[in-house]
Amino acid sequence: MNPPNSKQTETITLDGEEVTFTEGETIYEISERHRKEIPTLCYDPRLEAFGGCRLCVVEVEGSRNPVASCTTQATPGMVVRTGTDEIEKYRKTLLEMVASENRELDVDSLRGYASQELTTLVNRYEARTGRFIGAQSGTSNTDDKNPFILRDYDLCISCYRCVRVCAEQEGDYAISVMNRGFHTQITTEFNGELRDSACTFCGQCVQTCPTGALADKKAMRAVDRPGEIEKTRTICPYCGVGCSIDLLTKEDRIVGIHPAMDGPANEGALCVKGQFAFDFVHHPDRLTTPLVRGEDGDLHEASWDEALDRAAEGFRRVNEKHGRHSVYGVASGRAPSEAAYLMQKFIRVGFGTNYIDNCSRA
Amino acid sequence: MSNPLVDMEKPDVIFCIGTNMTECHPVAATRLKKAIAGGAKLIVADPRRIGLAEMSDLYLPLRVGSDVALLLGMAHVIAREGLIDHDFIENRTTDSDAFLEHLVEFTPAWAEEISGVPAKDIETAAKWYGGSGKAAIYYTLGITEHICGVDNVQSLCNLALMTGNIGREGTGINPMRGQNNIQGAGDSGALPNNYPGFQSVMDPANQVKFRELYGKEIDLDKGITKVTALDLCGDEIRAMLIDGENTLLSDPDRAHCEHALKSLDHLVVIDIFPTDTAELADVVLPATAFGETDGVCANTERRVQRVRAAVPPPGEAQPDWWIICQLAKRLGLAGFDFGEPKAVFNELCSVSPIYAGLDWERIENSEYQWPVPDKDHPGTPRLHEEEFVNGRGIFSVVRYRDPAETISDDFPVWLTTGRRLQSYHTRTQTGRAQGIDYLLSEEALEVNPTDVEGWGLRDGGWCELSSVRGSVKVKVKSTNRSPRGTVFASFSFSDVPVNILTGSGYDPITETAELKVCPVRVEPIDAPGLET
Repeated sequence: MNPPNSKQTETITLDGEEVTFTEGETIYEISERHRKEIPTLCYDPRLEAFGGCRLCVVEVEGSRNPVASCTTQATPGMVVRTGTDEIEKYRKTLLEMVASENRELDVDSLRGYASQELTTLVNRYEARTGRFIGAQSGTSNTDDKNPFILRDYDLCISCYRCVRVCAEQEGDYAISVMNRGFHTQITTEFNGELRDSACTFCGQCVQTCPTGALADKKAMRAVDRPGEIEKTRTICPYCGVGCSIDLLTKEDRIVGIHPAMDGPANEGALCVKGQFAFDFVHHPDRLTTPLVRGEDGDLHEASWDEALDRAAEGFRRVNEKHGRHSVYGVASGRAPSEAAYLMQKFIRVGFGTNYIDNCSRA
Repeated sequence: MSNPLVDMEKPDVIFCIGTNMTECHPVAATRLKKAIAGGAKLIVADPRRIGLAEMSDLYLPLRVGSDVALLLGMAHVIAREGLIDHDFIENRTTDSDAFLEHLVEFTPAWAEEISGVPAKDIETAAKWYGGSGKAAIYYTLGITEHICGVDNVQSLCNLALMTGNIGREGTGINPMRGQNNIQGAGDSGALPNNYPGFQSVMDPANQVKFRELYGKEIDLDKGITKVTALDLCGDEIRAMLIDGENTLLSDPDRAHCEHALKSLDHLVVIDIFPTDTAELADVVLPATAFGETDGVCANTERRVQRVRAAVPPPGEAQPDWWIICQLAKRLGLAGFDFGEPKAVFNELCSVSPIYAGLDWERIENSEYQWPVPDKDHPGTPRLHEEEFVNGRGIFSVVRYRDPAETISDDFPVWLTTGRRLQSYHTRTQTGRAQGIDYLLSEEALEVNPTDVEGWGLRDGGWCELSSVRGSVKVKVKSTNRSPRGTVFASFSFSDVPVNILTGSGYDPITETAELKVCPVRVEPIDAPGLET
């Protein structure tokens, strides 16, 4: 459980149990290791702790008030209680207030990877009480016509995860904050459209948003499509970085992409291509049947048997007439390795030559 | 890459040359941004003022194709300033004497003359790179797509070897691979000089091994590259099987490519879309795409990862591996009775020493980076830690050469080509993804604002771009990203096929095309279609 290569000699008391910790570790991190279910909304393990939502408060002996566990580092001998009745009541009240400021609490999970976090907590704490009725914070930007990111700030709870992920993870600093307190509004520089900002449409803000205020417009097109959402772990089809992704499918259709937070190459990051350019797969231009060139010079649909016979016969004929060095194979840098392996085997076994290459030279 | 992607957050000094990483490998670039936020210094050498240059502590705007001169100048300063790692040279390398002697004449002033980079900045770059504890080099096709691509890479190796910046965390020589499985295609033996696992076809032991494995006499000589094969189409080469490559748009000198493919007696293309290349084929075989195929890919850090099918393919499309097996069987070949990709991958592992410790089950969680020589081996995130593959690192004596074609009165402007963030390659995929057009709907030639005015162009207006080989019409975009005298276009849009222009020469060893340098002429024209 403990991080490797770290000295763990000092201890704290966590819910009555003595546990070790590493210097610099926060109460929240230690509690996570010990599977305490401390609720959070502004926390994303990839980002600097922010201490904004106050849901992760815990009781620390000697402190007058509960402390935010995500920003409080453990000190030797600390006595911490993570889930007393009083703390749980405090958390519920906070959630009731957060919930009261939003237009709706139940959003489709296609909005984004973390979009269900608020809903889940409100349900867990039975916080749909309607005890607080008042103004709603955040104003949606419906003018932004970009095709990828919905800016539904009516649902924003000012956790700043989007602001921080854009700065700390993506390094683009495209998202900023306007006004203060209750009037806080997430926006871009000059309050303009995303396309005119430093935004690269990598989608990281969408995926870390805990309420669906920032949402994946392309995935949301499938909200009314029948079927359950299924996830399949695979690798992005574009550049060579090899980002891990989860394909979201409904029945036979790819409806969206989630970055894999545990992907070794990307650790939750993607770019505009990996995040949003997936639907070429279902494009009507896809080749669906073999094609064979006819006497008329045009390509015509054919059966697999017909096309494969014709393809093989052509290689046989050329080989017989011009010798084995007349046939050349070009393997794909896009198809999986099984294709490349069999291509080279096909050429080497079929013709006894090394007349094989892939597309890496241009 | 010699080092894993996570190492990109570790260097003290980062030297990026010929890589537009924020656009072409954006997720890798996020790691560099974190290193920079943590205090690492960034040196960027690129003819264009790209996004990385804006982030850099030191920007070296070199003239296209002058990398060797810049790198020799840096090596000269490192040697002169005593920033050499003598222990590393002594224990890990060979041929250093000739190299160090060779360097003496290549002063920063000489390098400035050729590259246009101020000598004082070359000095600073060398002192930063040579003077840090951990310095890492990152490059892409801006280094390799030249007639001197090998010289460029060897120049970078020289820098790393003389300063001991290899084989440790946060160092290394790190080429970023451009396609999802271009690494895997090479690993799998789709090369004219190597069997799977980079086993040389010239090595008698390998020849015996594969003759026995495949039950077939195979040439003892290496084959020819695709570049040479295209040159020989209609002559020696009469038939081609092309899998998943839009050769006509991605390769240099489109006219030459088109002529070559048309002169074949027999062309079979396996693809997912009716590409320009497929339109020339005698037989087109529909393949399964991303999300429809189970298989294995290798990324730029040599990580071997599973790709998985989630949806059925359209119509009768079939996986590439199945298609090739069917072709082989029809030719009566043995060894193609595969019922599933797992069996194919496991055979690859069994014949390739770098994959020997892997199989279909073991790569389930993307844990391994090759080489993985046996089942007890944890994989190799970092190459060259104890020793180099061939024992010692070899210094190369490299000299500067001009590009294949240089600017002249007729073609007075340098054209360089590349990709953009929002489009990928020839847009067979991104061009068919909804919404991408909102961000990038057409190609535009990037021209320095002073040149726009000087050449009588207009921002948003049209120009004709011509090289020795042909011309294309393209819109003009005025931008300081382009230095004066150098213009840029991507090769993504089929209506602006810049590969009509490129193709001036090839590296003599790798036969990689000089796609990064092409002298051109830029002339204002009326908008096409409005001509009467």
